Amino acid sequence: MVMVRTLVLRAPGTNCDAETVFAFEQAGSLVDSAHVNQLVRGEKLLSSYQILVIPGGFTYGDDISAGKILANELRLKLGEDIQRFVDGGGLILGICNGFQVLVKAGILPRLGDGNRQSLTLAGNDSNRFECRWVYLSVDQESPCIFTRGISTMYLPVAHGEGKVMAEAETLNELNVVLRYADEMGNVQTGYPHNPNGSVDNIAGICDASGHIFALMPHPERFIRWTQHPRWTREVPRERGDGFGVFLNAVEWVKKS
Amino acid sequence: MFRVEVSVKSGFPDPRGVALQRDIRDLGIVTADQVRVSDIYLLEGKLSQKEVNIICRELLADPIVEDYSIGEAPLVAAKAQNTHAIEVAYNPGVMDPVEESVGKGILDLGITTVESVKTAKRYYLCGELSASDIELICNKLLVNSVIQHVVTSQERVSLPPATYSFSLEKVDLLTMDDDELTRLGEGKLGLNLNELKRIQSYFSQLGHNPTDVELETLAQTWSEHCKHKTFKSKIRLGELVIDNLLRSTIMKVTDELNKPWCLSTFKDNSGVIDFDGRYALCFKVETHNHPSAVEPYGGASTGIGGVIRDPLGTGLGSRPIANTDVFCFAPPDFPHDRLPPGVLHPRRILKGVRAGVADYGNRVGIPTINGAILFDERYLANPVVLCGTIGLMPREAAQMGKQKPGDLVVVVGGRTGRDGIHGVTFASALLTGESEAVSTSSVQIGNPIMEKKLIDVLLKARERGLYRRITDCGGGGLSSAVGEMAAETGVRLYLEKVPLKYSGLSYTEIWLSESQERMLLAVPVDSAEELVSLFASEDVEATVIGEFTDDRRLKLFYRGNLVCELDMDFLHNGLPQLEKEAVWQPVQYPEPDFAQPPDLGDDLKRILSSWNVCSKEWVIRQYDHEVQGSSILKPLVGISDDGPSDAAIIKPILDSDMGVIVSNGINPKYGDIDPYWMAASAIDEALRQIIAVGGSLRRVALLDNFSWGNPDKPDRLGGLVRAAQACYDIALSYGTPFISGKDSLYNEYKTEEETLCIPPTLLISAMAVMENVAHVVSMDCKQAGDLLYIVGTTNDELGGSHYYGIHGFVGNRVPQVNPQKGKKLMDTLSAAVETGLVKACHDCSEGGIGVAAAEMSFAGGHGMVLYLGRVPLGEPIGRNDIVFFSESNTRFLVEVAPEDSQRFEQAMGGVEFAAIGQVTKGDKFEVYGINGERLLSVALAELKEAWQKPLRW
Repeated sequence: MVMVRTLVLRAPGTNCDAETVFAFEQAGSLVDSAHVNQLVRGEKLLSSYQILVIPGGFTYGDDISAGKILANELRLKLGEDIQRFVDGGGLILGICNGFQVLVKAGILPRLGDGNRQSLTLAGNDSNRFECRWVYLSVDQESPCIFTRGISTMYLPVAHGEGKVMAEAETLNELNVVLRYADEMGNVQTGYPHNPNGSVDNIAGICDASGHIFALMPHPERFIRWTQHPRWTREVPRERGDGFGVFLNAVEWVKKS
Repeated sequence: MFRVEVSVKSGFPDPRGVALQRDIRDLGIVTADQVRVSDIYLLEGKLSQKEVNIICRELLADPIVEDYSIGEAPLVAAKAQNTHAIEVAYNPGVMDPVEESVGKGILDLGITTVESVKTAKRYYLCGELSASDIELICNKLLVNSVIQHVVTSQERVSLPPATYSFSLEKVDLLTMDDDELTRLGEGKLGLNLNELKRIQSYFSQLGHNPTDVELETLAQTWSEHCKHKTFKSKIRLGELVIDNLLRSTIMKVTDELNKPWCLSTFKDNSGVIDFDGRYALCFKVETHNHPSAVEPYGGASTGIGGVIRDPLGTGLGSRPIANTDVFCFAPPDFPHDRLPPGVLHPRRILKGVRAGVADYGNRVGIPTINGAILFDERYLANPVVLCGTIGLMPREAAQMGKQKPGDLVVVVGGRTGRDGIHGVTFASALLTGESEAVSTSSVQIGNPIMEKKLIDVLLKARERGLYRRITDCGGGGLSSAVGEMAAETGVRLYLEKVPLKYSGLSYTEIWLSESQERMLLAVPVDSAEELVSLFASEDVEATVIGEFTDDRRLKLFYRGNLVCELDMDFLHNGLPQLEKEAVWQPVQYPEPDFAQPPDLGDDLKRILSSWNVCSKEWVIRQYDHEVQGSSILKPLVGISDDGPSDAAIIKPILDSDMGVIVSNGINPKYGDIDPYWMAASAIDEALRQIIAVGGSLRRVALLDNFSWGNPDKPDRLGGLVRAAQACYDIALSYGTPFISGKDSLYNEYKTEEETLCIPPTLLISAMAVMENVAHVVSMDCKQAGDLLYIVGTTNDELGGSHYYGIHGFVGNRVPQVNPQKGKKLMDTLSAAVETGLVKACHDCSEGGIGVAAAEMSFAGGHGMVLYLGRVPLGEPIGRNDIVFFSESNTRFLVEVAPEDSQRFEQAMGGVEFAAIGQVTKGDKFEVYGINGERLLSVALAELKEAWQKPLRW
């Protein structure tokens, strides 16, 4: 049997690494957690893994703007390694701060193109950090590997800078994977269903291949039913909605 | 020097500006038509224009939504556009953590010539604004003069590097008479005459005067903050003589209960209990009142930063898994024109404290799971800010370590600056209008990412067993940390080795600095190299600054000069015990004499809308309560995720089903009548919440936090003694030991006319181990047709209640506690919950049955009908309003399915309870009175709106 290996990347201020490691382990992967310094120094090699995850947190305090400093570090110090990793068919997942890092490093929406940043995650319209649960509608046309077979999800968000904004031509070409919705799946809703004012209610995007996926909500925080905010009053389900994201990735690597 | 300004592109929304505009409107200024905020970066060093462009494009400005400009901006933009520009920068010596990050980001770009980075903010206010409007906006919103100033001219950004030339400072103590000693003690030292005479005689035996650092070390070690002199003093209360209040009440509960699962109590940085045999839990709550009064954001952020390091520095180090916070402020609608000089408006304090705690806790990645906010005008000048942290560690790391002579003293984490010097003595002093001016150096801005890096790498060092002992550098800095750690051995320390933020610090400043994010380790010589390189691998400094000895002496050196030598025994045991007088005289308030109002629905809505009871969702959502993936019962529950949960539950080990319940009890209003029953009620409330969510009393640990006025005044001290006595009586009967605590005294504020004193405030925090989270019950009602029971007895106990409060009375019949009955009731109910018979449970506290039932109803989205005539009473009560709003302790509202009612009633045998109503289909909340008459019928939405509206900011 193929052993899937996942790398959860840490940097100063990463704070969702432990639960992300747990989620991938539950999905059947071997997981390493490594500090970005270890990759830069060559102590760990990206090529030893099939899945790279940039988990949530406040890397470098989110000083200047969220994820910016780690994004530059990836772009300038690990750019070639990441390009090779993607060319070799590796999967990349960015959650919350990871989403911010991936777009600011120019890895999403599209790697290449001189790693130009063409999309951003700006401050929430409310000007507030907010922690709340949101309904998500999955775009069924999306090539995203992580969301195959999933049509809706209910997950928590916890961020202050999650508003997707982009140049018009970028928006036209964008592979939107997730949109904020109401509980009926209707995406034409405002705050608080869309917690940050994101353009087109965008909550998650992927690249054209579907291998690189990033989202603002936290799937790793809803792996088991008892993490649901209303588990004490609703009919139990076997798994949390977020688990499928991890399982899809691990299963895909096993098959390919 | 290059000046860079980054602003949101025109045409794009600027959320920071919009939020500021809202705050300006709250000040009563409605003419600010548009507000925008930009970030200023001042870069010093040899840089080409091209390099600055790269820095702006690739680091400082977001290409999609931001523009940048390089060079000078006009200080005041053209008047024609009616735009006022205000630039605000930090005062010299105040470090913005962003500066360090910008420095790192620039290095990553390959540009190595930047020597310093400074930040500032620039505000553009457009509209018809007068000079006095601008001044008001600056003073109330933009600038806190303690840490910031308005940039009026192009000042020099970087001061020339300061130098320090050594000279040993001595204090001429031996010749001082009593008057001179008294004056010396009243200054920054904070020592009384008796204590200074003890110090004088110590040095006169040695035959020389103390150095400044010797005297300061004694003052810090002997401060109220470090030694809890009041709680350990000899107190006379009438006939009674209490020798050490702490030992004879709070600690005595722990001694007498002697629970095998209490692993370490009252000796380490936090109290430790066994969790599951493999892991241990520790918990500490700290106050950070004085700094938060002066600079709310910085004060609160260093408060949370400090308490996180308590569990981190407990045993051999624990991983912080949850934060709690409890705040007491004056009401946010307090009139601006009644503010005493030097006092910040409560709304600003609330917003600043909330932001400080959230920004720090969220960044460090610790969920803030539980808390409370209380309001009373007497907190105007002295807000109470209580932050708590729970840690998890392997059981074998639970005990405090022990260093060996020869082990190295290693400081790890942040660098040392002039931050917080004299914070400890400041914490134990009365605030005055001048406090703002004199206490500047006591406030600093926290650096949460430094703390997070420190936690991450420290726990790796613990796993590798690289150190023998750990403690945090908190109040008192190295002085307290080294002094305490080396008490049993002795130490030699070389102060010039301590890494500094900037040059120019004297040896005394290095020793006393309270710079945050530092920990102290005792490291065996042969592990030192590995430890230092492990820390370096994650960009955290670890520096050897001395070694432990076996001579029981504290010896400090600075560049080869001995600057301090103190005997450890004198330092730690030389403090003379204080003797204090206390009196206790119960206050009699007028008995309320108003008739029952015709419409109790209005009164219910008024109580739901009161600052204390209303929804705190605005605050809660700005804390990350989900990080670490451990959340089981969230602070907000119910059909719309917005009802008030009784307690929070986390499951800290992701693949185990055991949980930790965290709750708190606090109600200063009862203390106005009798602090004894205030304390009793606080314990009962904290325990009720644990039972209400499905926990049990089997393994519950308590913490006490006293925030009080000046204990040198006998009446204040009398109340303190009463409260401590209740802690003993009630906690002992409930079988719940205290494991740690803290006191913050002297919370008074002197103006020219009067002294403002906070109400006696006791926070009881509770932590309970839950064997299986499958038993969790939330407070929201679940299904129409279910029965509603009340468990417990209702008495005419409205003294200090919200109901009396809205009618302008305090009353005298404060809620009491019968802990023997209470324990039986809680044990019985807890057993019923564990068998799955209970669908929802909510404890009755502020606002009594009325508020508890309304909250259950609108949180669950179901109507409810209640019959007050069925409520079991402890005494005859003829009035519906008393039954409905009485705040009697140890009562619960419980929802049970009709098919389970018989089994539930059997399970509750031996306890007072009754079915008093039903969950209904409609959207009406209905209550029938003692004589069967309809008392009120209100739409759920109306009740919920009343509850949510006040703090929907």
